[in-house]
Amino acid sequence: MSDHQISANHIAGAGHGTRTSYAIGYGLSILLTIVPFLLVMRSSLPRGTIVITIVVLAAIQIFVQLVFFLHLSTSSEQRWNVVALLYALIILLIVAGGSLWIMYHLNYNMVPY
Amino acid sequence: MFGKLTLQSLPLDIPIQMGAVLFMVLVTAGIIGYLTVKRKWKWLWSEWLTTVDHKKIGVMYLVVAFVMLFRGFVDAMMMRSQQAIAEGAAQGYLPPDHYDQVFSAHGVIMILFMAMPFIIGLINIVVPQQIGARDVAFPFLNSVSFWLFVAGMVLVNLSLVFGEFARTGWTAYPPLSELQYSPGVGVDYYIWALQISGAGTLLTGINFVATIIKMRAPGMTLMKMPVFTWTALCTNILIIGAFPILTVALALLALDRYLGMHFFTNALGGNAMMYVNLFWAWGHPEVYILVLPAFGVFSEVIATFTGKKLFGYTSMIYATVAITVLSFIVWLHHFFTMGSGANVNAFFGITTMIIAVPTGVKIFNWVFTIYRGRLRFTTPVLWTLGFIITFTIGGMSGVLLAVPGADFVLHNSLFLIAHFHNTIIGGAVFGVFAGVNYWFPKAFGFKLNEKLGKRAFWFWLVGFYLAFMPLYVLGFMGMTRRLNHYNNPAWQPYLIVAAVGAVVILIGILHQVAQLVVSIRDREKNRDLTGDPWDGRTLEWSLASPPPFYNFAVIPEVHERDAYWAMKQDGSAHQRPAKYEDIHMPRNTGAGVILGVAALILGFAMVWHIWWMAALGFLGLVVTVIARSFEEDTEYTIPAEEVERIENELAAQRQLQTSEA
Amino acid sequence: MADQASSGHSATFDTHERHIASNRVFGFWVYIMTDTILFASIFATYAVLNTSFAGGPTGKELFDLPSVLLETIFLLTSSFTFGLGVVAVNRGRRQEVLLWLAATFVLGAAFVGMELSEFGSMIAEGFGPRRSAFLSGFFGLVGTHGLHVTFGLLWIAVMMVQLVRKGVTIGTTTRMMNLSLFWHFLDIVWICVFTVVYLLGVM
Repeated sequence: MSDHQISANHIAGAGHGTRTSYAIGYGLSILLTIVPFLLVMRSSLPRGTIVITIVVLAAIQIFVQLVFFLHLSTSSEQRWNVVALLYALIILLIVAGGSLWIMYHLNYNMVPY
Repeated sequence: MFGKLTLQSLPLDIPIQMGAVLFMVLVTAGIIGYLTVKRKWKWLWSEWLTTVDHKKIGVMYLVVAFVMLFRGFVDAMMMRSQQAIAEGAAQGYLPPDHYDQVFSAHGVIMILFMAMPFIIGLINIVVPQQIGARDVAFPFLNSVSFWLFVAGMVLVNLSLVFGEFARTGWTAYPPLSELQYSPGVGVDYYIWALQISGAGTLLTGINFVATIIKMRAPGMTLMKMPVFTWTALCTNILIIGAFPILTVALALLALDRYLGMHFFTNALGGNAMMYVNLFWAWGHPEVYILVLPAFGVFSEVIATFTGKKLFGYTSMIYATVAITVLSFIVWLHHFFTMGSGANVNAFFGITTMIIAVPTGVKIFNWVFTIYRGRLRFTTPVLWTLGFIITFTIGGMSGVLLAVPGADFVLHNSLFLIAHFHNTIIGGAVFGVFAGVNYWFPKAFGFKLNEKLGKRAFWFWLVGFYLAFMPLYVLGFMGMTRRLNHYNNPAWQPYLIVAAVGAVVILIGILHQVAQLVVSIRDREKNRDLTGDPWDGRTLEWSLASPPPFYNFAVIPEVHERDAYWAMKQDGSAHQRPAKYEDIHMPRNTGAGVILGVAALILGFAMVWHIWWMAALGFLGLVVTVIARSFEEDTEYTIPAEEVERIENELAAQRQLQTSEA
Repeated sequence: MADQASSGHSATFDTHERHIASNRVFGFWVYIMTDTILFASIFATYAVLNTSFAGGPTGKELFDLPSVLLETIFLLTSSFTFGLGVVAVNRGRRQEVLLWLAATFVLGAAFVGMELSEFGSMIAEGFGPRRSAFLSGFFGLVGTHGLHVTFGLLWIAVMMVQLVRKGVTIGTTTRMMNLSLFWHFLDIVWICVFTVVYLLGVM
């Protein structure tokens, strides 16, 4: 199909990918999924190492999907989307992180064991 | 068949409550009767209930808010009168059971069904006009938001008629709010009223963030937006960040109550403290949601009535943004005493003190704007001056409470009650009253009566200080909140003064009612034909009062801050374009009303465990949303000739006033 | 097929429609951000409660990782098939879009089916959400995600009907974009779920 037809249906801010980019994203995600599962199910590495590894791999997979599936980029069209995402991430870190910090201390001080 | 609902659910044995029920029934019947006799149902439906026009939706929010102010204020009068008499042997007339529902309802109503709709109503009416837009980004969603809010409001009022309200305070902490200690329907009313109206608010947040980011007139960069629009943007950013947290807190409490889960129970590992944590992670941003738009109002009012541009626009914006960010990292100060320890308390104590700083910056900017200006002492200005003094006192008591050590003494005392009423009334409520007086002519085409407006202000101001300054003293004297009775005669004189203060505020409210009645009666004498009754600075004043439904026939091009003022200075205001274009506007629709009704049915049914009814309500929601998504015919076109005709009429009207002046 | 709005309307309509479409996608993205914070709050609650076993079973005893891996692959593949559907809608190919949406639906339904089966067997053994705070957290978090996916399935069905009835227009394309944001978002949340709940839960 001609590019004109693609751009005629293109909506500003929606981002778009190609079959190739989706395939790359899919392939990477499969990899980034199977590896952590195998690590947990089969590997005899120390627990701490596995924990850090799977968390890092999860973060990478999230990033991969944001880029290849959600088409987040630094283009001017995507700019406000990125801003909104950064805002949500900051709130997420504050609320989730803050809650964990607070609850840890509350549990330590206030829950008898 | 009707779950837990029976005839026993009516409060036949509580005379006060039956009185309230009777009153509500009579008023409702009166309104229905009036509409029927005057044959106004069709008008009501097509002009108001099904509207997607932001200006009308805003007005409806304000009307509901004002009505709920009464309901919440009656609760306040009940509490003040009870506390004024119930010392020692005297038990007063409200047993603890009833009193607990009164203060719980008072808090819920005043914060969520009075202050929030006042704020959101003003934002609805004003913001699209200020940014040069014809409506919000999602007009249908705007209607849905309003009707979800109404559904929540109706639920709260139904709790007076059927069953009971929560006895937990407006915060509904577990384990008290869990099934074991609140087996009745009160907490369920609370949960569903807040969830449903909260969903409406969240949609409003999405709507206005999209509107302000995406629909500004060409040339209006962020730093050229009016201050009220900036505060509206920050408020809606707070809404989208905070309200999901409340949704979760309430949902998990509901799961505990309905499905026997253990998120916040004492048994089987639940953690009630997590509810408190989540509630306030929402709750603190919520109070900034209430107060930021008020700050915006004051900025507009002071600039307009001094005839000067606002002092320090840039620092105002940065201060507002700083407050927005900081409001997310202070929430633990609501539970310093829950036991998180010195380090955690210190961190949040410090952030809480820091957040006072940008507000201080704003106060200086307002004062410096007034300095060397020629301030006109109109009603909005009086509310603003009252705010500057009152809010500052409230802010200072807040900084005192921010010290964890002090808070350990004062937490949940009347000092706390005095502090938050000081800031919410002095800040948000005064701001709304200033805004309503300021923008009333824009919305309705005639001014409010100045004399009655000023008297209302003075009664409110004096009444406020009489009602709340004694509470600071009582807090230091050791009186805790939520008491229906006490045994310390030293407290009583202060409580009597406070009760008098409440009566004085009531007189103020009655003056506001009188102001409305008289202004409507005298509207022809006070018509605003120019659209610019105050010699304003921002774009809404470039439109007629009230504006045509499409607001701007031609979307303006903006070059500076205070865009309309600039246009008046260089003579480009009210220029007629060479030719007009067709305008596309969204159609009215009943789908919003239907969604509200379905949500109300769902909520009521869930409260009373009427499962088949709940399923129907839920299905109604889903089916309506899906049906709406198939609707193609959601817009209509106003041909350019019609636009021109309307604009010609409005221009002639403006000439009329100018030639008469 | 291509932009049907351009026929029979005044010149302003096209730009106007596009503006609306672009605002809708942004607005939906903002909604997704609120959903992110919603999930974050539930995750935080789960993290606080996930060692409160109350004498009941732990994750290690309950979770069957191979089947979690399988349902993860289902969901991930459904994200991929949806992406191919988006490519097709941008090219105006209605039949192809319907094909990919159907594939997405089947995979998504398989995911939900496996999840329901997992929940069912846990409940049958007496390890439902009432057994402990940990299990409340588990069912709450995983269940909320599953509910979102279920709504997504309903939306996919409605989307397919709309495409059949109206074809590929700027309206249906906009809805497709929004659904795409929703569906991919759910897969991203699932990454966090399988990592935090299942993988960390068995260790």
